[in-house]
Amino acid sequence: MNPPSALARSAKRVVMFALAIGLVVVAWELYRNLGPDKGGKVFGWTVLPKANARVMPSVADILGRFADPLGRGGEAMWWFLTKSAWYTLQLAFLGFLIGSLLGIGLAVVMSRLRIFERALMPYLVISQTVPLIALAPLIAGWGGKLSLFGWEWQRWTSVVTMGVFLSFFPVALGTLRGLKSAPAASVELMDSLAAPWRVTLVKLRFPAAVPHMVPALKLGAAGAVIGVIVGEISVGLRGGVGRPIIEFARQFSSDPAKVYTAILAAAVVGLVMAMLVSAFDAFLMRRRPKEAVA
Amino acid sequence: MKRRTRTAVLSLAAFSLLAAACGDDESSSDTTAAGSETTAGSETTMGSETTMAGGDCAEMTPVKLQLQWVTQAQFAGYYAAIDQGIYEQMCLDVTILEGAVDIVPQEVLANGGADFAISWVPKALASREAGANIVDIAQVFQRSGTLQVSFADKGITSPSDFAGKTIGNWGFGNEYEVFAAITDAGLDPAADVTLVQQNFDMVALLEGEIDAAEAMTYNEYAQVLEATNPDTGELYTPEDFNVISYEDEGVGMLQDAIWADGNRLSDAAYKDTAVRFVAASLAGWAYCRDNAQSCADIVLAQSPILGASHQLWQMNEINKLIWPAADGVGMIDQAAWDRTVEIALGTKNLEGATVLTAEPDAGAYTNDIVSEALAMLADMGIDVTGDGFTPIDVTLNPGGE
Repeated sequence: MNPPSALARSAKRVVMFALAIGLVVVAWELYRNLGPDKGGKVFGWTVLPKANARVMPSVADILGRFADPLGRGGEAMWWFLTKSAWYTLQLAFLGFLIGSLLGIGLAVVMSRLRIFERALMPYLVISQTVPLIALAPLIAGWGGKLSLFGWEWQRWTSVVTMGVFLSFFPVALGTLRGLKSAPAASVELMDSLAAPWRVTLVKLRFPAAVPHMVPALKLGAAGAVIGVIVGEISVGLRGGVGRPIIEFARQFSSDPAKVYTAILAAAVVGLVMAMLVSAFDAFLMRRRPKEAVA
Repeated sequence: MKRRTRTAVLSLAAFSLLAAACGDDESSSDTTAAGSETTAGSETTMGSETTMAGGDCAEMTPVKLQLQWVTQAQFAGYYAAIDQGIYEQMCLDVTILEGAVDIVPQEVLANGGADFAISWVPKALASREAGANIVDIAQVFQRSGTLQVSFADKGITSPSDFAGKTIGNWGFGNEYEVFAAITDAGLDPAADVTLVQQNFDMVALLEGEIDAAEAMTYNEYAQVLEATNPDTGELYTPEDFNVISYEDEGVGMLQDAIWADGNRLSDAAYKDTAVRFVAASLAGWAYCRDNAQSCADIVLAQSPILGASHQLWQMNEINKLIWPAADGVGMIDQAAWDRTVEIALGTKNLEGATVLTAEPDAGAYTNDIVSEALAMLADMGIDVTGDGFTPIDVTLNPGGE
């Protein structure tokens, strides 16, 4: 692929992205202005959401809040939220990293021995059917009580744990599927050459697994962000975007636009995580023939 | 820690309980703490017991306090006691642990994650009934701050007006005052009133989805007064609303209190720490009574996310719940306690559940510690009844800014 076309492609991508955001803004504003103020009812059920200023602040209002100072004479909201998002991103990335390693490790173990897959899989599935909300108080309770090798369990560790919890499962499933997707003929070739298991894993199975792993990693990245933000809310950790989300939510009756600033900051964290995975994908796929990508 | 030292420390601690002053030896109240050097400071104990001045503590006692929620003026007294150096004068090194959605203060206390916790009495008693040995050692809030707020044109001025109306309540154990008031008014909560669970914001009230909303004087009620009335373009005013106070209706339940670990209260060192902690905390609250603006600023410095006028309003309303305190701040009033227990035992919510199934035993609260603390404060010349307390006037700004 030659440079100009790559440039054109990324330019197109940016334009499409802006267009997609623009469409949402237009839809929001249209509904605000045209939708029923008291909500719409169909057969007595409120189906259409209310469109008044208290429930749906205007986009201009929300954006304006980013420029306002935080509290009396405080720093600007956008700067505060940028710092918060950066903090949350770090925790989410750590959770994602640990979760991915855990997921890949589990997948390798399960692909090596079928008995492990049979033994572990039910527990993995069960672990994901328990809602995070139910586990959160438990994990939150570890703060200040648990110590590992002389190191005290901190509240942020609880938060990262919730990120790990939501990210390892898709990664484990995707990787397992990927490791098994190596063509039988290639596996037989490796076997006939008496290649050790480790060599087959590194030279054949992992490269074959990448296309399955990338979507799984994207799911895992999103899961880590959700887990970390829920965790921040659950234990009240300072520094991230979870804290302003609950603090601002209490002001929803008097200042609804403010709540959306924190929510947008959380969305940005999710976007950045997804972009990181895409970059990783491009890096892994850089030497692959194009047909294989498609 | 050497056993010999520990015995020495413990016996000293027992002695210093009599002194109940700025003892600087019992910093090993937490027996696992590295307090082996404390014997070195034993001589100074005798000397310092009469003075409150800081700086002569041989060692600071580390104390962890678990709050019910994130930093706000509801907890200003504790932050003020840190800011004003009152804990330090009492040789306490206090760490405040914020609450959050999934943090239950009395459970943290019972599990050893904190030395003291702030909790509402009914919830803490429910935890005690479930086996957590926790003890109310100071009833900071003498009155309940729960309201039912409705628009004036609904004509809801007493609980008997709830009949046929849609009444919001918070659920999760925060609804019992509402149910007690309904029952006292001769109404059947299941049949005569439509009860709905509301969020911790006031949107449902302002949007007319419910006729009356449960609100705390210091938080949700301020939220409606910080909201813009779309008809006038100005903020809502108190005249726009009818407010029913559950305290005035005689169904108020005791709220914020300082709880201690009952298993450790027999340890003289812990008990002495508790006396000093309660004394310093109440001194912090006395400071906030006289300096509401300063205390609001202390809270804002801790958490600048909060709105300034909202926190000053909250500070003022919290002061009204504490002061005046006829028996002395923090004293547990038998009548108010009994009323709280009676409602907790007798009032059923919609699921038919009561807060408590049996009367709490006599050990659920004690006035011993707060009495000692009040004596210390009296020696320091601090006004502990606040007879002359007058609330300030607070102007709320849009959004609480």
